Amino acid sequence: MADIALANPGAISNGEAARRSEARTAWWLASPAIALMMLFIIVPTLAVIILGFTDYELGYDGFQFVGLENYVELFGDRTFRQSLWNTTVYTLIVTPVSIALGLGVALLIESETRGKAFFRTVYFLPVASLLVAMATAWQYLFHPTIGPLNAMLALVGIEGPNWLGSSSTVLYGLSIIGVWQTVGFNMVLFLAGLTAIPRDLYAAAEVDGAKSAFERFRLVTWPMLGPTTLFVATISVISSVKVFETVKTLTEGGPNKASEVLLFTIYQEGFVYLRIGYASAMTVVFLAILIVLMMIQYRVLDRKVHYA
Amino acid sequence: MTQTLNLGRIVRLSLLSFGALVFLAPYIFMISAAGKAQADIFASSLSLVPQQWYYVENIQKAMSRVDIPTLLWNGVVVCGIILIIQVMVAVPCAYAMAKLQFRGSRFMMALVMLGLLVPIHATALPLYVAFDTLSMLNSYAALVAPFSISVFAIFLFLQFFRALPDDLIHAARLDGMSELGVVARVILPNAWPAVTAFAIFSVVAHWNDLFWPLIVVTNSDYATPPLGLLFFRAAEAGDDYGALMAATLIITLPLVLAFLMAQKRFVEGIAMTGLKG
Amino acid sequence: MFALRNIVKSFGSNAILQSVTVEAEAGEFIALVGPSGCGKSTLLRIAAGLDHCDSGEILLAGKPVTGLSASDRNVAMVFQSYALYPHLTAGQNIAVPLAMRELSTAQRLPIIGRFMGGSAAIRSNIQERVKDMGVSLKIDHLLDRKPGQMSGGQRQRVALARAMVRRPAVFLMDEPLSNLDANLRVHARGEIVDLHRKAGVPTLYVTHDQSEALSMADRVAVMIGGKMLQLDTPQTIYENPTHVEVARFIGQPRINLLESRLNANRLVRFGSVELVAPAAGENDTVTLGFRPEFVRLAAPGAGLSAQVERLEFLGSEIILFARLHGMGETIVVKLAPAEARTLTAGASVNLSVDPAHIMLFDGKTGARLKADVVEAPAHMKATLHG
Repeated sequence: MADIALANPGAISNGEAARRSEARTAWWLASPAIALMMLFIIVPTLAVIILGFTDYELGYDGFQFVGLENYVELFGDRTFRQSLWNTTVYTLIVTPVSIALGLGVALLIESETRGKAFFRTVYFLPVASLLVAMATAWQYLFHPTIGPLNAMLALVGIEGPNWLGSSSTVLYGLSIIGVWQTVGFNMVLFLAGLTAIPRDLYAAAEVDGAKSAFERFRLVTWPMLGPTTLFVATISVISSVKVFETVKTLTEGGPNKASEVLLFTIYQEGFVYLRIGYASAMTVVFLAILIVLMMIQYRVLDRKVHYA
Repeated sequence: MTQTLNLGRIVRLSLLSFGALVFLAPYIFMISAAGKAQADIFASSLSLVPQQWYYVENIQKAMSRVDIPTLLWNGVVVCGIILIIQVMVAVPCAYAMAKLQFRGSRFMMALVMLGLLVPIHATALPLYVAFDTLSMLNSYAALVAPFSISVFAIFLFLQFFRALPDDLIHAARLDGMSELGVVARVILPNAWPAVTAFAIFSVVAHWNDLFWPLIVVTNSDYATPPLGLLFFRAAEAGDDYGALMAATLIITLPLVLAFLMAQKRFVEGIAMTGLKG
Repeated sequence: MFALRNIVKSFGSNAILQSVTVEAEAGEFIALVGPSGCGKSTLLRIAAGLDHCDSGEILLAGKPVTGLSASDRNVAMVFQSYALYPHLTAGQNIAVPLAMRELSTAQRLPIIGRFMGGSAAIRSNIQERVKDMGVSLKIDHLLDRKPGQMSGGQRQRVALARAMVRRPAVFLMDEPLSNLDANLRVHARGEIVDLHRKAGVPTLYVTHDQSEALSMADRVAVMIGGKMLQLDTPQTIYENPTHVEVARFIGQPRINLLESRLNANRLVRFGSVELVAPAAGENDTVTLGFRPEFVRLAAPGAGLSAQVERLEFLGSEIILFARLHGMGETIVVKLAPAEARTLTAGASVNLSVDPAHIMLFDGKTGARLKADVVEAPAHMKATLHG
């Protein structure tokens, strides 16, 4: 570009030259990011999609394209179906409960004048703690014989289950940990959403005759929190779908595949059994689920909860 | 009227306190069990105070079986390098997209939105194959490289930079700064709230991440704290909860302490990154 | 009628309101005016029931409502930010105060509420009144829009409609025009006054803009530093302020205030004018005040000599800033353009002040002192009558 400008100075105006130099600077500033994005996001994503159509296994030379064979196998795979189902159940428990508790705690904290910082810290603590470590602490709490939880239940005459050791309760146990870990995060987002509501709206609601706190919540808080709630819901669903740490640490998908979840199954197939092609097909399904969830969020956001 | 007000407050405070107790329970029992002898743990699950103070023994046991200082050091190194590279790559890029006119900015925006959809879990397989082929597994490079680019950082800074007045940049250019000078001396200092918020987000995420380290590291010399704890658990056959809880306690402590010291920034940072993202 | 009596409010050690009393007759429009931070908005919120006073009494329509919350008082309020519910359309916004008061909690539930007995009739009646309100405020074409899709002026009308849709005991308005641009603001003033006259409901109107207060209100209450300094008709407030702070706050350009001392005979001399202050008050410092329009150009050699610092041409008048020789103070003079045609900055002028319009204030308390002119030279008397 500089060459052209030099060779034919009259053809390009000063403004044009300045614009070109600005564009050149911009490309130059963005180039490391572009290169790294290509290298670590775009190319690997394309590679996963391509690998999903192959029978590639690490340790074996070469691979063949097998078309949709992996996908056909996938939907007949009992483990994968179990894994999808478990992930769905886990998500359906953790998301609503952690949203409701997060909102509840945020509302309680917001209306409290003293102790605000203390409670906020306590409920947020799990977010800032090492999940693998805290999962270990939960394992101790959940322990069927020496765990404090069942000891407490025994005090009121309930015989506690073998939380993480029985296939009928393991998902609930993991869900409890999931909720415990997410509530603080959701609470912080709701607190931010609450402080963004103009005080005048509550004053107007009161003048307009909204007598009870519940009526003011219905007239002002809930609609005004709409965008926050949707956002929190999306984040919670996505992070629930990505559950992995607790499963890997505590149950390894067991007992009897009762806590087999999506990422854990992918991990097993890909990195333990090294069936890269097959695991890639699973990853594509996982990615598709994430994309659908995001698209739902954008849709709802556009239609329903943006008022401006 | 004051009556009902007080009643409401009592109900609120008791609910909050009960919830707080539930949320703190894992910590309380972790601290308690870390100081109990094996027999003590089996004898009395509910008494919080150990019969004999066994903290030193448990910590010694934990330290002898897992190299905790190395784990923490690895965590600091990995999180630190990741953060520095992420910021250094994302800030100039976000600046170009927010404040400079160039045809690529739409294409970049598309790339960023696409990148936001793709977590590490989706790209892990090909990256693993690549690192394996290059014999780069079990290295800091393998731990750091995939996270050198954070589209989320670009997205966050982009939002923040758009809000900065153009006149600030014009003034800096009139004062004779180069574009890189503008980024380093005008944009970055003004973006400090966004950078701290992102730093907290990034450190919390990568300090806690188990998935990627688990894939690329099998050698405990390069283990990050979560991975090290996993190794320790695997090596520990029995139910030696005393030592396990002691190790858990020590590994959890640094980030929790950091959080407690800067809790306001933490919460604000998470709220900011959360809402922008 | 409504009344706020001896209202006291403090936040911590910070006294916001120090025994403030405002009483309005039926249908009266009272403007509360004062600099920011004077406590006028707090007083309004206390009248609304959004804040509660430490002591004092509030009467609405003759009934005491002091301890009641806003929702139990029959008040309507227009907020500075308009405070429209952004998720509801204009029509739904206007309907909220009616729905809240006329439908029961059960009837207001979504979906189920529609099938509750009597709900349909009440709802259609509310719809009817919202539509009427829309027509009378000329916003009927906007009723299906949300606040985010309206201009500032349109939002202000919706806020007004929401307040006026029922008959409250009092209208409370908190700087409702301050978010409008200048042209619209002047237009809206007249409209609010007309609406108020039609509704006949007493109105308490908070503003920091004195021209708004003077032009709209039946009576103006001037609040400064948490105290109600004067409550009177706009004309009286302007011509006869009872406190130096009222005199200073009201009037554009500002009143001229000069510090001075009483001599042993309690006389104060200003140019060739001599004023006597009453014996009350021990301190001997006083503040002389006179408005810019009561200063005239005098013949050379007469009156006070001064130097022109600056002239501001405002079309129908010229504002002259002149430094008095000897005293060193700058006074502001309002002149007709014809009078000031020959003046330029730096020129020397002689000024005379109409002695009948010189006010005297206690130098310490700021209270107005009754002043008598002792001596005024003949040419001054002429201006008095001319």
